[in-house]
Amino acid sequence: MTLLAQVPTGSGQPPPEPPAARSGRYRLLPYLLLLPGAAWLLVFFGVPLVQLASASLYDPSGSLSTGYAMTWAFGNYPDVLQAYWPQFLRSFGYAGVALVLALLLGYPLAYAIAQKAGRWKNLLLVCVVAPMFTSFLVRTLAWKTILSDNGALVGLLRDVHLLAPDGRLLATPFAVVLGLTYNFLPFLVLPLYASLERLDYRLLEAASDLYASPVEAFRRVTLPLSMPGLIAGTLLFFIPASGDYINAELLGTPNEYMIGNVIDSAFLVRLDYPQGAALSFLLMAAILAVVFGYLRRAGTEEVL
Amino acid sequence: MRVSRWLADRWVMIVALLVLGYLALPILVVAGLSFNRPSSRLSYDFNEFTLDNWRQPCATSDMCDAVVRSVQIGFIATVVATVLGTLMAFALVRHRFRGRSGINVLIFLPMATPELVMGTSLLALFVSAGVPLGFWTIVIAHVMFCVSFVVVTVKARLAGMDRRLEEAAMDLYASEWQTFRRITLPLVLPGIVAAALLAFSLSFDDFIITNFNAGTTVTFPMYVWGAAQRGIPPQVNVIGTAMFAIALLLVGLSSLRGRRARRANLLAGPVQSSPARRPS
Repeated sequence: MTLLAQVPTGSGQPPPEPPAARSGRYRLLPYLLLLPGAAWLLVFFGVPLVQLASASLYDPSGSLSTGYAMTWAFGNYPDVLQAYWPQFLRSFGYAGVALVLALLLGYPLAYAIAQKAGRWKNLLLVCVVAPMFTSFLVRTLAWKTILSDNGALVGLLRDVHLLAPDGRLLATPFAVVLGLTYNFLPFLVLPLYASLERLDYRLLEAASDLYASPVEAFRRVTLPLSMPGLIAGTLLFFIPASGDYINAELLGTPNEYMIGNVIDSAFLVRLDYPQGAALSFLLMAAILAVVFGYLRRAGTEEVL
Repeated sequence: MRVSRWLADRWVMIVALLVLGYLALPILVVAGLSFNRPSSRLSYDFNEFTLDNWRQPCATSDMCDAVVRSVQIGFIATVVATVLGTLMAFALVRHRFRGRSGINVLIFLPMATPELVMGTSLLALFVSAGVPLGFWTIVIAHVMFCVSFVVVTVKARLAGMDRRLEEAAMDLYASEWQTFRRITLPLVLPGIVAAALLAFSLSFDDFIITNFNAGTTVTFPMYVWGAAQRGIPPQVNVIGTAMFAIALLLVGLSSLRGRRARRANLLAGPVQSSPARRPS
């Protein structure tokens, strides 16, 4: 179970301050320990971001074969925004709807595992993580089978007239949102579970002794106490969901394409690096703006 | 009041089980489809039961090549990321030094950056540096995004460790190396193993970052992606199901070991109740 117990939650108590170095020769040791890993991250994560930033300002008329000239073409940004704002809006719209769905599904699940499952707790936790044991793409393709026009689900929905006789589930926004919700739900549930697991049930009993209704007890006790996990889980869900393009590609049509699809094709199909880089940076900036706006509203900036 | 709470309790559990069903459904479908003889290459529907896919999982040889390549990449990336990440975790938990918050940001950021941005930026670097894309650029990328997860996982284990065990060893005249080898390492090892498993599964399953930095090298997820356009061979579901079974087996074994270790701890007595242990 160690694997499950230690899934990063992105939050949690700060570790206790380590003791001061005992003698002089320990002074350098931490730097030696950090050097290889930090260098790797700097060279292959930090430097590339700078590289991407400069690529986004290249002259857009260049190409991969003729080479790009650095012309500080800030015009790339308004250009791509003008061309692809619907995909941007759609990305955040789909990710937002999926997030609401995931919260509605994930909160009861995390709560049940943390507070109600008793000795089944570990088993249920394995069930939450288990989907990740199968390849992400293979699972997403499985949804294609489930939602297929000839499948049992579509047949049932047509029979009860929830779906028109020629109605489809696949290749609709619904399928994409369902896929997003499904794929990133465990990332929301695990940190939420970690928070709820520490919740002392006696606090709820106290609330009810003081005449709080269950709803009020939830709103004033459970919810605030689960806030760190809720915030971490929301971010771990929202960041990959808004940058995803696999669900839109496999379960949707070009009408459902998200910004990720555009970036993917800019880099790998159209080979338009300045445009792809500008879009990537806008995506990152938009996500950071959403994240920080959210954290400010949630009132816990120390999460980061 | 009591009746409504009883209902509320059951309501939560019922919803939870339904959500678990939602999470499990695609896996059941994958397992089912691994026994399917599809009517055509582009069909995703269940057609006819067969054991052929399991008898000849490598009927499409490109796929097995891709699986082998994914395992190789996963193995190398896991070893490198686990070593680098574990060293960093030791530095962060056991030492006080300048620049600590900068390092923490450097470790946190890759986990908060969309994979797409990491993939594209690394591609921009490789292209401008003239590095040919292929096996080793994939390994570099995988180590990069696995390191942070290793650090976080090992750090959690280290932070929860009782320092007094090491002090006791030193009091009993163990040298620093002996203390590390006989006390610290065995106690941290479960965390390191967990981190390595996490790193391997992240690497094996990664598609987005790999896709940007692979050149013409094909990993298993990339094979599936390409096949989704041309038609998926049913053997893909065999691999998916087998991976799931292997992972489940590993979890089962580790929880069995954990239970045995806990029982041994209980017999050992007071160590278990030491207040320095983090309540979990």
